[in-house]
Order: sequence, then C-alpha cells, then structure tokens
Amino acid sequence: MPEEIIGSCAVKRLNILDPQGNADENLLPPLNGQDIRRLYELLVLSRTFDGRALALQREGRLGTYPSILGQEAAQVGSAFALEKSDWVFPSFREMGMHITLGYPMHLLYQYWAGDERGLATPTGLNILPICVAVGTHIPHAVGAAMAASYRGDRNAVVCYFGDGATSKGDFHEGLNMAGVFRAPVVFICQNNQWAISVPFDRQTAAPSLAQKAWGYGFEGIQVDGNDIFAVYRATRTALEKARNGGGPTFIECHTYRIADHTTADDASRYRPPEEVADWREKDPILRLRRFMTQRHLWDEAYERHVQEEATAAVDEAVHRAESAPKPAATEIFDYTNAELSPRQQRQRKEVG
Amino acid sequence: MPEMTYRDALNLALKEEMRRDPSIVVWGEDVALYEGSFKVSRGLLAEFGEERVLDTPISENTIIGVAVGAAMGGLRPVAELMTVNFALLAMDQIIDHMTKIRYMFGGQVNLPMVIRAPGGGGSQLAAQHSQSLETYFMHAPGMRVAYPATPADAKGLLKTAIRDNNPVMFLEHELLYNSKGEVPDDPESLVPFGKCDVKRSGTDITIVAYARMTILALQAAEELAKENISCEVVDLRTLAPLDAETFVASVKKTGRAVVVEECWKTCGLGGEIATRIYDGCFDSLRAPVRRVSGLDVPMPYSRKLEKLCIPQVADIVAVVKETMAAKY
Ligand SMILES: Cc1ncc(C[n+]2csc(CCOP(=O)(O)OP(=O)(O)O)c2C)c(N)n1
Ligand SMILES: [Mg+2]
Repeated sequence: MPEEIIGSCAVKRLNILDPQGNADENLLPPLNGQDIRRLYELLVLSRTFDGRALALQREGRLGTYPSILGQEAAQVGSAFALEKSDWVFPSFREMGMHITLGYPMHLLYQYWAGDERGLATPTGLNILPICVAVGTHIPHAVGAAMAASYRGDRNAVVCYFGDGATSKGDFHEGLNMAGVFRAPVVFICQNNQWAISVPFDRQTAAPSLAQKAWGYGFEGIQVDGNDIFAVYRATRTALEKARNGGGPTFIECHTYRIADHTTADDASRYRPPEEVADWREKDPILRLRRFMTQRHLWDEAYERHVQEEATAAVDEAVHRAESAPKPAATEIFDYTNAELSPRQQRQRKEVG
Repeated sequence: MPEMTYRDALNLALKEEMRRDPSIVVWGEDVALYEGSFKVSRGLLAEFGEERVLDTPISENTIIGVAVGAAMGGLRPVAELMTVNFALLAMDQIIDHMTKIRYMFGGQVNLPMVIRAPGGGGSQLAAQHSQSLETYFMHAPGMRVAYPATPADAKGLLKTAIRDNNPVMFLEHELLYNSKGEVPDDPESLVPFGKCDVKRSGTDITIVAYARMTILALQAAEELAKENISCEVVDLRTLAPLDAETFVASVKKTGRAVVVEECWKTCGLGGEIATRIYDGCFDSLRAPVRRVSGLDVPMPYSRKLEKLCIPQVADIVAVVKETMAAKY
C-alpha cells in the first residue's frame, strides 16, 4: 500500500508594518490615532526605562539587569492587547509588558536593585512574579488557565518566555497539557535569536518555533516581533480565541536581542557586529515613527514632548525606588509559610 | 468508630473534603478511570465528574506545575504522583516553585495544594520504585510533610492537608494501604500538623518513628515488653513541621532513644531527630541516641536482599537492647 499523508503543518508568519514604515492596509488592526500614539509613547517609555536601568547598573545602583533593547514592540504590542484582569506569567525580559499594563516602574527598579518587595503586584493587576528560572513558569500558566476554565472565569492567561525556554521539558510538557485540556492560555515566545551565547540553531533543528504548536494540537504563528501591529493583532486574535473556548495559541515573536544578555555579559565575544547592525535597521520604534510620520501623527515637537515625559516618569520612578524605606531583616521569614515552625520562629528572633 | 483500611480512610477523606469544597480537584496519572494505581481515588470520577477528577498526560513535573498554577488561580488541587519515586522528575516544581512562590510573591498568594505520593520499600519493586525520599522534602523551608502510620491518622492528616493554606507533601506507605484500624466517622475530626502521637507509653526507652516504621516499632515494643523493657513509641505523623517538643519530653522521661527511619542513613531524617534530642535533653541521656536506618545502597530486587536493606522488627529489638545495655 502506498504511503499516505495523514497531516501536514503550514507555518504562518504575520507581518503588517515593514522597516520603512509601510503598512498592509488590509491587515492593520482597528487602532485610532490616539491608540497609535499611546503605543509609540509606551515604546519610548520602555526604552527610556531600559536605558536608565543600564546606566544605574553601571553606577552600582542596580544589580544584574537584562536589557529589552530591540524587543519593545513584542512586549508593548502583546500587552496592549490584554485586559487588566488577564493573568500574566512573565519571564525576566518583559519590562515593556509591565510598563504597558501599568505596573509601577519604581517597583521594577526596586526589584532589579535586589528589593523583592518590587514583585508585590498592585491590586487590580494579575502579573505573577518574574520567573528567572528558564521556562519553569510555563506549567503554572497552564494550571492557572485550567483553573480559570473550571471556575468559569472569562480571564485568559498569557505566558512569556524566550527561544531558549523552548528546549525545556516544562515547555514540551506544558504545551502538551495545554493542548490536551484546551486551556485558555496564550504562549508568547520572544525569539530574540540568542540564549546567552547559544544561537537559535542550537536550540532546535526546526526552521521555526511556531510550528512546534502543531505537534501539540493547536495553532502556532510566527509574527515579525519588531512590528507592533502584527504582534498586537496576533495576540488579540489568540486572546479572543482563548476566551471563547478555542484553547491555546503559540505566538513566536521573531525579534532580536540588541543588547548583551545581561549586564554581566559581553556579547561581542560571541556574535558578529554586522548581525547586530542589521537588526538595528529593523528597529521597532523607528518603523512605527516612520509610519506615524506618513500619517501625520508624529513631528519633532511631539517627539520632544514624548521624550521629556518619559524621562520625567523614569526620574520619578528612580527617586521613589531609591527612597523606599529599608525592610527589616526579619522580613525574610515572613512569607516562607502561612505559619512559621518553632525553629523558624527561633531563627527569626536571632536575626532580629 | 468504624474499622477501615488505610486506603479507604484516605479515600473517605478525599470524598468528604470534595463534597464540602468544590474548589478541590484531583489531578494525576490514572487517577480518574483507573481510580489511582493504589485505588485511593476509587469512586471519585463517578461522584465528582471529569471536571474535578482528571487523568493527565505522563508529565510529573508539569502535573505539579499545573497544580501550582491552579492553586494560584484559586483552586485547591490534590495532585497524585503515581509513586513518590517520580517526585524526582518534579523536584524543580516541588522545591523551587511550590515551596517558594508564596515567599517570592511577598505573601500575595497562598498555595493550598497537596501532593499525594505513595512510597516506601518492601514490595520488590527494585531500585527506582522503592525509595523513601521523605528527607528530601523535609529539607526545604516552606514545605509540610505528612506521613501517617494508621488509618485514623491517614484520614485526619489528609483532611488537614487539604484544608491547609500551605503546600503539603502527603506521603503514603504502599505496604500500609491494606492495614486496618478504627477511624472516626465525624467529618470534622481532623489530626493537627506538628503534633506527634505517643502510640505506646513506656518508661525505659523512647522509640521515635514514622509511617510503617511506627508499626514495626510497636511490634518491637511488644516483644521487648516480654523481656521487661518498657518502650515508649512516638509517632512523628508530620515530618514537617517536626514536633520536637513531644519526643524530647519523652526522652527526658526515659533517658534513652532509638530513631527508626526507612530512608537511607546518610543525611537521613534520623540524624536531624538525634540532633534535636541532643539539643533538647543532652543532660537526661543515659546512652547515645541510636539510629535504625535503611542501608546506604539502591534497593535490591531480590526479596531477601530487600529485607536486609529495610529496618525490620528484629533490628529494632536488637538496637533497643544494645542501648539498654550501654553503660556511660
Ligand atoms: C532552568 C534554568 N537554566 C539555566 C538558566 C540560566 N539562564 C538564564 S537566562 C538563560 C538564557 C535564556 O534564553 P532565552 O530563553 O532565549 O531568553 P532570553 O535571555 O534570550 O530572553 C539561561 C541559560 C536559568 N536561569 N534557568
Ligand atoms: Mg533568547
């Protein structure tokens, strides 16, 4: 008997806005001029926040910090599609998402300076703690989504991670389980081509990450991650599907880590400068600015205003972070358990 | 009080709690249709439906991971690991997430979840399916570990575990599932965490044990009584929190102690208990604290060799007699 084809996987890529700022009119999401300006302002604010973080780290005022430079559209664009009540399980390189959802920037600075109170999400936001262990939060997102569907909540769950995380067992087990139980979860992978010094082709022999979703029985899509309209549109579609019982979606944001892995890294030791220069041409902010210029949404005066506002907001956040009162050392015991054991109580006394 | 098996007592605890609180769900491998590899979830699917009793793919790490996520999302999941041996596949989720998330989130979430895990040796299941990993879990701050010896404790502790707002590692001994005992039928009869149970009082020596080792210790005490050695048997019931107060008080009274542990001796929980005794009542001791432990080898497959590796009643009797004879 001849072999027959029992399935085949088509890998879609979505691109709406090209590096010159030209957009595909048919695919543009329904955003008005005000929305587009808001997106631009969030991109600028995210980049300003990030640049300041790098400067603070050099001055010893922040700990090791992972820059988001070049990945702002993937973060702002996806978060802009979320509702505040949605649950977000971040990894460690999504500060643009935090800022877009209104997470206070001073808390982010506090966290990266080593003050874990910075992870105390303000009420009204459902952003879970930053997960530095690669990919281990993927099962949590699936579980929260399963809980949401059992409880009949309308919330969707979003989980962010990098290309490196897709090599983890947590990724494979987590996506498999999400598929089996049709959990209302959207997986957003920022494929920034590098996992510290390991390039994309060492994480997988597959040409895309998006196609992996096919193996778990749900849809995957690659989007130009530096194209904020494509990211926004794909996320919105996936969230609607999740809310309507359509199950999970995997979105691969094809982007690039312009900066070093963290402030403890020197990427020039392992990657060619031409590659970085190439991707700088595809900068997400530049391309949105070009688009806005065409539509008369941008001029020099507006730019000055946006920059000034961003700088002022970041100044204020740094000030607030650095003037936060010091916690008591005994607080290290406060959240280890709902009740402390007698031994912990004794140790707490000794510390205090 | 009705008499029932350890298995049925656990099953009844699950049913009573699930009837009381719809946020309790049971997830794991073969827990629904098959009713659990040791039949502890018998009848749950029929009574509570697929919404709450869910067969998962074979993904231990993610079974625990999704339970963590669901607990954050407002449920009280009871996740079953087919056996405790497979907890090793899930150690990252257990140690790095389940026990730390409340801390790392500044107390903003509780993780009211239970991992049920059958374990222990003695069924000729060889090196990878007979382990006693209790010490591994006790080591992590933020963890609660229960390990009942009797049907009554099994029911009362599991109910407490389910109602607790902390994550609980609930260990069950595979060789105890068929053991019988009286069990309170009052659905509000709970066994508190962090309270040892003096299962036999005595005056000459204290035997500290847990789970199946408690049963063996009681048998040893019976034999030793014939030789006029009066043993007090203290059952830990929860390994974390550890109720040192009760066993230290007992040793203060008797002046001698033997700790029985099924796990490997090196870094085994018996070392921790011995230290607590030295810290708590060194001056009352009339002999060094002795440990009866599993041998430091992977579990052999052969029945005879397996017996050699797990503490037996005769081992406990011998060590108690040596401790009684010790002159210091
Ligand atoms: C489980 C685990 N393994 C290794 C590390 C060390 N580590 C931190 S970030 C990183 C690379 C992650 O790459 P990717 O997922 O692509 O995210 P990116 O850093 O590019 O945003 C590694 C290996 C870790 N934090 N956790
Ligand atoms: Mg990467």
